[in-house]
Amino acid sequence: MKLKALLAGAIALGLTGAAFADGHEKTKVGFVYVGPIGDGGWTYQHDQGRLAVEEAYGDKVETVYQENVPEGADAERVITQMALGGADIIFTTSFGYMDPTNNVAAKFPDVKFEHATGFKREHPNVSTYDARFYEGRAVTGTIAGHMTETNKIGYIASFPIPEVIQGINSSFLHARKVNPDVEMVVTWAYTWFDPAKEADAARAMIDQGVDVILQHTDSTAPSAAAQEANENGGRVFTFGQASDMYAFAPNPRIASIIDDWAPYYVKRVGELMDGTYEQTVSWGGMPEGEVVIGEITAEVPAEVKAEAEAMIAAITDGSYHPFTGPINKQDGTPWLADGEVADDGTLLGMNFYVEGLTGDIPN
Amino acid sequence: MDLSAISPTLLIASLMVAATPILLAALGEMVVEKAGVLNLGVEGMMIMGAVTGFIAAIETGSVTAGFVAAMVGGAVMALLFGFLTQVLLSNQVATGLALTLFGLGLSSLLGQGYVGIKVDSLSRIDLGPLSDIPFFGRVVFGHDPIVYVSVALTVAVWAFLKFTRGGLILRAVGESHEAAHALGYHVRRVRLLAIAFGGACAGLGGAYLTLVRVPQWTEGMTAGAGWIALALVVFASWKAGRVLIGAYLFGGITVLQLNLQTAGAKVPVELLSAAPYLVTILVLVLISRRAGRGGDAPASLGKPFHAST
Repeated sequence: MKLKALLAGAIALGLTGAAFADGHEKTKVGFVYVGPIGDGGWTYQHDQGRLAVEEAYGDKVETVYQENVPEGADAERVITQMALGGADIIFTTSFGYMDPTNNVAAKFPDVKFEHATGFKREHPNVSTYDARFYEGRAVTGTIAGHMTETNKIGYIASFPIPEVIQGINSSFLHARKVNPDVEMVVTWAYTWFDPAKEADAARAMIDQGVDVILQHTDSTAPSAAAQEANENGGRVFTFGQASDMYAFAPNPRIASIIDDWAPYYVKRVGELMDGTYEQTVSWGGMPEGEVVIGEITAEVPAEVKAEAEAMIAAITDGSYHPFTGPINKQDGTPWLADGEVADDGTLLGMNFYVEGLTGDIPN
Repeated sequence: MDLSAISPTLLIASLMVAATPILLAALGEMVVEKAGVLNLGVEGMMIMGAVTGFIAAIETGSVTAGFVAAMVGGAVMALLFGFLTQVLLSNQVATGLALTLFGLGLSSLLGQGYVGIKVDSLSRIDLGPLSDIPFFGRVVFGHDPIVYVSVALTVAVWAFLKFTRGGLILRAVGESHEAAHALGYHVRRVRLLAIAFGGACAGLGGAYLTLVRVPQWTEGMTAGAGWIALALVVFASWKAGRVLIGAYLFGGITVLQLNLQTAGAKVPVELLSAAPYLVTILVLVLISRRAGRGGDAPASLGKPFHAST
């Protein structure tokens, strides 16, 4: 009985989909968020993208969103609800929504689904998208290498997944490039978001002489811990993560890596409206405007800032790839020959440290 | 691996800071349970204290006002629980769980406009030359006032329960509410007072997170500290001194594992991350084996009381 009702709903939706194709209706765009839009990080940035869609298309679109959706069975219910509610395209913005998104997509073939940071596209109406955060980390790594005086930089890592390992390798490679003495300390927090633990991790690093902290967790707590240390006579720098975190500038926050989803959302909704929409696998970066470096503050010397900006320009115009050989793996075996550029397949499955990094990646 | 990079002084100093929120919440909960009430809503009361304390500190510009507001916020939440369980005689376990869920939701609603704002945190008390004594200076004299409050409160709770008439009445109510009632004590009143005290302590612990340890407001930031505080009370077999030891042990291992990782210790990271929980469980098992009589739980713990029965 339930299945019948669902099917009826799907058919009804198919009809409204057809009506929409004739241009009689507003395009309805749905967003499913893992956190609150006020988290100041990941979800906040996705919501900024939603607002950009509204601004770009005005009356022609209607957006709906749902915050704090747990990854799991609840997600499937929320996505189904959104599809039944007449959404034409639904963006699900967390890795854990991968299976729920594909499950719901099977039941609503006329609704388009877009899953962030996933790799499963089991149905023709499912696309995936992600951003090349490692491009931004090359820039922050360069700044970190120049700014450290103790030659010890820290990286607060979340989970041992390829995206984070790309980030660690990219920042380390570029810090070493400008400062051969630099050492990187990686601390695994095993969380995306736990302010107290992130603050403790930052403090442990500061106590052990780390003076530049990069983070791959979402709260501003490490910046707050660094600020406290600076007020007590320390000299510690941090970077904003996912969003700008400008509240902690100019000291300790000296730059930031920002996820800007607006260009992608505007493009995809636009394609849906003019009928050119196709299933895609998107992995945009600086050239697409999806990875942005926030303002580099005056704490950073002018020549370092210029070097960072040159790198941003080179990555943006495609003349530089952060993973360009010669690069060896941690155990010394060659990975990339001189001038060779890493292929996306290796990057997407990255599970090794590059030469010079100490410690092991947890399994 | 460079273990010499870990400074024992700073390690002990930061473990005291890491332990303070759970110590405060656990002390409050211990008094509540001593009075025979099981309040599982510690997490909810903590996060309400965290958000009300933060809002008050931002709005008034005074961190002290923030801590006072947090205690009031936690106590109000606790009295809601008290009203439901003591007056309306609702089930304590279910009501406590509901209190946690309610607190998490309400705090995120209240805190919506306060995300990403900074608060001027409490500075460490400057005791001049005392703070300059090697090792002890930083460990004993180099903290913010709340760390001392939490230690003083541990002593006060211990002394109150052990030596005072009020403490005796409270324990009597927890051990046998019918006997206490027959002797003419106001069981419900004593329990409500204990519940309010527990809420105030949890609120203070929560505010310590938002005003000192992090210091900012983000949704869901207690991240399970309230549940650890609850476990700690059992772990400590309802003794104030052991609550202190347990909190420092837990806080210590949390901080130590992060320090070990930073120092590059060749220990699997997964093991380090799970260490605080593993050690807590281990000690819990050892203690209960030694006690060998179902622990020292107050006899009337969790049982509803009504004067007519």
